[in-house]
Amino acid sequence: MTSIGAGTDRYLAEFESLERGADRAPAWLAALRREAMARFAERGFPTTRDEDWRYTNLGPLAATPFRAAGAVASLNLSSETVDRAAIGPSAWPRLVFVDGRYAPEHSSRQRLPGGACLSSLAEAMTTDPELVQRHLARHAHWDADVFAALSTAFVQDGAFLHIPAETAITAPIELLLLTTVPGALAQPRILVVAGPHSRFTVVERYVGLTDDTCFVNAVTEMVVGPGASVDHYVLQEQGASTFHMATIHAALERDSAFSTCEATFGARLARTTLTVRFGGEGGRGSLAGLYVTSGRQHVDHHVTVDHAVPRCSSRQLYKGVLDGSARAVFNGRVIVRPDAQKTDASQTNKHLLLSDGVEVDSKPQLEIFADDVKCTHGAAEGQLAPEAIFYLRSRGLDDTAARRLLTLGFVREVVDRITVEPIRSYLDRTLEARLGTERGSKEMP
Amino acid sequence: MTTPTKTLEALATRDYKWGFVSDIEADTLPPGLNEDVIRLISAKKAEPEFMLDWRLRAYRHWSKLERQAGEPKWANVTYPPIDYQKIVYYSAPKRQGEGPASLDEIDPKLLETFEKLGIPLGEQKRLAGVAVDAVFDSVSVATTFKEKLAELGIIFCSFSEAVQNHPDLVQKYLGSVVPYTDNFYAALNSAVFSDGSFCYIPRGVRCPMELSTYFRINAAGSGQFERTLIVAEEGSYVSYLEGCTAPMRDENQLHAAVVELVAQEGAQIKYSTVQNWYAGDAEGRGGIFNFVTKRGKCAGRGARISWTQVETGSAITWKYPSVILQADDSIGEFYSVALTANRQQADTGTKMLHIGKNTRSTIISKGISAGRGNNTYRGLVRILPRAANARNYTQCDSLLLGDRCGAHTFPYIEVGNASSIAEHEASTSKISDEQLFYCKQRGLSGDNAVSMIINGFCKEVFKNLPMEFAVEATKLLGVSLEGSIG
Repeated sequence: MTSIGAGTDRYLAEFESLERGADRAPAWLAALRREAMARFAERGFPTTRDEDWRYTNLGPLAATPFRAAGAVASLNLSSETVDRAAIGPSAWPRLVFVDGRYAPEHSSRQRLPGGACLSSLAEAMTTDPELVQRHLARHAHWDADVFAALSTAFVQDGAFLHIPAETAITAPIELLLLTTVPGALAQPRILVVAGPHSRFTVVERYVGLTDDTCFVNAVTEMVVGPGASVDHYVLQEQGASTFHMATIHAALERDSAFSTCEATFGARLARTTLTVRFGGEGGRGSLAGLYVTSGRQHVDHHVTVDHAVPRCSSRQLYKGVLDGSARAVFNGRVIVRPDAQKTDASQTNKHLLLSDGVEVDSKPQLEIFADDVKCTHGAAEGQLAPEAIFYLRSRGLDDTAARRLLTLGFVREVVDRITVEPIRSYLDRTLEARLGTERGSKEMP
Repeated sequence: MTTPTKTLEALATRDYKWGFVSDIEADTLPPGLNEDVIRLISAKKAEPEFMLDWRLRAYRHWSKLERQAGEPKWANVTYPPIDYQKIVYYSAPKRQGEGPASLDEIDPKLLETFEKLGIPLGEQKRLAGVAVDAVFDSVSVATTFKEKLAELGIIFCSFSEAVQNHPDLVQKYLGSVVPYTDNFYAALNSAVFSDGSFCYIPRGVRCPMELSTYFRINAAGSGQFERTLIVAEEGSYVSYLEGCTAPMRDENQLHAAVVELVAQEGAQIKYSTVQNWYAGDAEGRGGIFNFVTKRGKCAGRGARISWTQVETGSAITWKYPSVILQADDSIGEFYSVALTANRQQADTGTKMLHIGKNTRSTIISKGISAGRGNNTYRGLVRILPRAANARNYTQCDSLLLGDRCGAHTFPYIEVGNASSIAEHEASTSKISDEQLFYCKQRGLSGDNAVSMIINGFCKEVFKNLPMEFAVEATKLLGVSLEGSIG
C-alpha cells in the first residue's frame, strides 16, 4: 500500500506546522522525524484486517480529531494533586510530565549518585547528544509499528535516564505522566540507558485527570547493558475515555536482567506493544501484567520475546479480570531463532470472566527454530471454580465474600512478584477498591 | 552420540516404497482451466444441470479470487507460485466397457497397482471389516462391499455414482458445510472436482464395517481434486478411513480436496486419515502440495465428529479439519500427528466453532520436526456469546529432532461468554539425552529407543485410530525417522 493511510491528514498538518515552527532540532533528529512521518503517512492507522490488530478496532481513534498537546494550555496543577497521583513518597526521584510536556516545577531531581542522569529528553539532547542519538528511536520499530512512527515523527521532549556502569540506585525513579486536557494528543517519550552492571528501578505512572476523550501515545525504549539489572513498572489509570497506546522496547545485552510489570486499570482502549529482545547470551527477562476491566473497556497486550541468541530465559505471566462488556486481547509471541540453543521460555495467559458480556481473544504463539530448547505456553479462560466457592461458603463466608476472595487470589500471583513496597500497597488498595464491590456476583449454578 | 549430519543422512535416504508409476492408458484432458474444461468434466460424467451450474458458479468465484488476491498467503509455508493453467484437471484410466464396472471389467493393471499398495480390491482378499472405494487420479475405479452395505440402507459409492443415483441427497448436502465461497482451494475444487466418495448412513444404523477411500495419484502433470461427503442421520455411527500415495516425481503436484461431514442428532462420525503423499526428496524437489479443506457440522443435538490424522507425507500440507458445533451438546474432536522431515512444511490444525450450548471440543496435536522440516500448528477455538457452558481443551506438543528444523504454534482462542472454559497448553522439546541414556542402558538400541519415545509422544493420537491404521501409522513413523538419533 502506497496510498496515504486513513486518518493521517490531521497529523500531517500538525507535522508541517511543527516543521515550520522555530524548532531547534539537530539535523539527525529532523531527518529521523521526517522519515518516521513518511512511514506513518504511508501506513496510516491499522485496521482489523491487519493481523496485529485483528481484535482491536482503531476506527474511533482514527476518526477523532486530536490536537497536539502543546497547542492547548495544560491545567495548572497544585502540588497536592501531583502528590496524590504519584505512587512513591517524595523521597523518590521524580519527573512529572503534563500532557507529554516536562513540568520542572513538579519534578524533584535530587542528585543521583555516581554521575547518573535523570533529565528531560530535550535537555539531554544538549548535555549528552551522543548517547541520545545512539539510542533514541534505534530500538522501538517505528518502521514497522505505526504508533512508534507517530511518536518518532513528533519527538520533542520526554524523559531521559542514564545510569552509568557499576551504579546502583536504591530508590525507585518515578516518571509521573498526567493527562489533563480534553481532546489532546500527548506523546511521552522515554529513553532509559542502563550502563554495565548498573541496578535500579523505574516506574511509569499514568494518571488521567479528565474523563474526556484524550489520546496518549507513549513510547519507552530501554537499553539494558551487560550485567545490568532493571526493574520496570507501568501503572496505568487513565480517564475513562482515553485511548492509551504504549510501545515498550527493551534491548537486553549479555547477562542482563530485565523485569517489567504492568497494571492496567484505566482507559477505554489500552494497547501495549511490548518487545523484549535478547542481544547477548545469559539474559533473563520477566514480563508480567495484570488488568482489571469493566464497562466497555478494551485492553490489548501484544508481547514479543525475541530469543536471538543462546542461553537466555524469559517468563511471561499475564492475568486479566473482565467484567461488564469488557474485552481483552492477548497476543504473546516467543521467537527462538536458529542457534538460540538452551533457550528457556514460558508464557502464561489467564482470564477470569465475571460477566456474560465479556470477550477474550488470546493468541499465544511459539516460533521455534532451534532444538535444544524448553518452551511452553498456556492459556486459560474461565470462571471461578464452583468447588472453591463451595469450600469457602462451607467455612462460613457468604457468596460475595467468597467470590471476592477468590478473585483477589487470582490476581495475587502477579502482585506477589512485586518487591517495591509502595507499589504493592498501591495495588492492594486499588484491587480491593475495584474488586471489593459486588461485581459480577452470581448465584451458584 | 547424536550428530546432525547423521540425522540428515538418515532422513534423506528415507524410503518411499509407494513411489512407482503404473503404466495405464488414460483418458486425459489437456492442461488448462476455463469454463469449457468444466463443462467437459461435467459432460464426461453426464451430470444433471444443477451440478454444472454449481461448478460454474464456483469457477467464477475462484477466477475472481485469483484475479484479486490469488491464493491465501497467511500460512507459514513457502513455495513457488502455482500455474493453474499448467495443471491437468482430468485424467482417468480408460474404461474397457460401458456401464458400472464390476471387478472383472477393471484393467488388471489397476488391480495390480492397488494390490501393490496393499489395498486388494477383491473382496475375498480384504480384511473382512473394511469396505474400500479406490480413487485413481480423477475417478473412482472400484468400491467394495457395496451390496452388503446396501442391505442396511447404507449408501457407499463414488461421488459420480451418487450424483447419478442419489441426486436429491447430493443437492441437499453438497456445499452445505464447505460452500464454494469458503476459500481459494475449496472454490477450485468445487469447480473441477472429478470424483470422490459418498456415504450415507440412514437413521439408527451402526455401520458394521470401516468405510475407506484410497486415493492414488498416478498421471504426471495432473492435480487431484476429489470430494468426499458423509451424511450420518439421527443416531447412526460410521468410522471412515482415508489413505493416499503418489509416485515420486521431480515436479510438484497439487491435491486440493474437500471433505464435508454432516452429523444429525446423536450421530457419530469418526474420520481417520493417514496421509502419505510423496513428500519430495531431501533437497525439497517434487512432492505433493496437499491443500485440503475438511469440515464437519454437528447439525443435530448431541452429534459427535472426530478427526484423527497422521500426516507424514506431502511437500506442503495445508489442512485444518474443523467442526462446526452448531447444535447443543455436540462434541468435536481433533487428534493429529504431523511429521515433517527433509524440507517438508506443514501448516495444519483445526477450527472448533462453538455455537450451541454445552458444546465440547478437544484438540490434541503432536508435531514432529526433523531435518529442515517446518511444522506449524494453527488452530482456532471460537466460543460464541450464545454458546453457554462450552468447553475446550487444547494441547499441542512439538518434538524437534535436529537443529535445522522449526516448530511453530499459532493458536487463536476467542471466548465470548463467561460460562465457558477454554484451556490451551503447548510445549516444545527434544528427546533428551537422559531419556535416550535410560532406554539404552535397559538394552535398547538407539533406533529402538527413539522409536519408542516417539511412539509414546504420539500415543494419545494413535489410540484413536482404528487398529489397522494404528499399525500402519506406527510403521510409517518408524520408517521416516529411522536412525535420526543415536
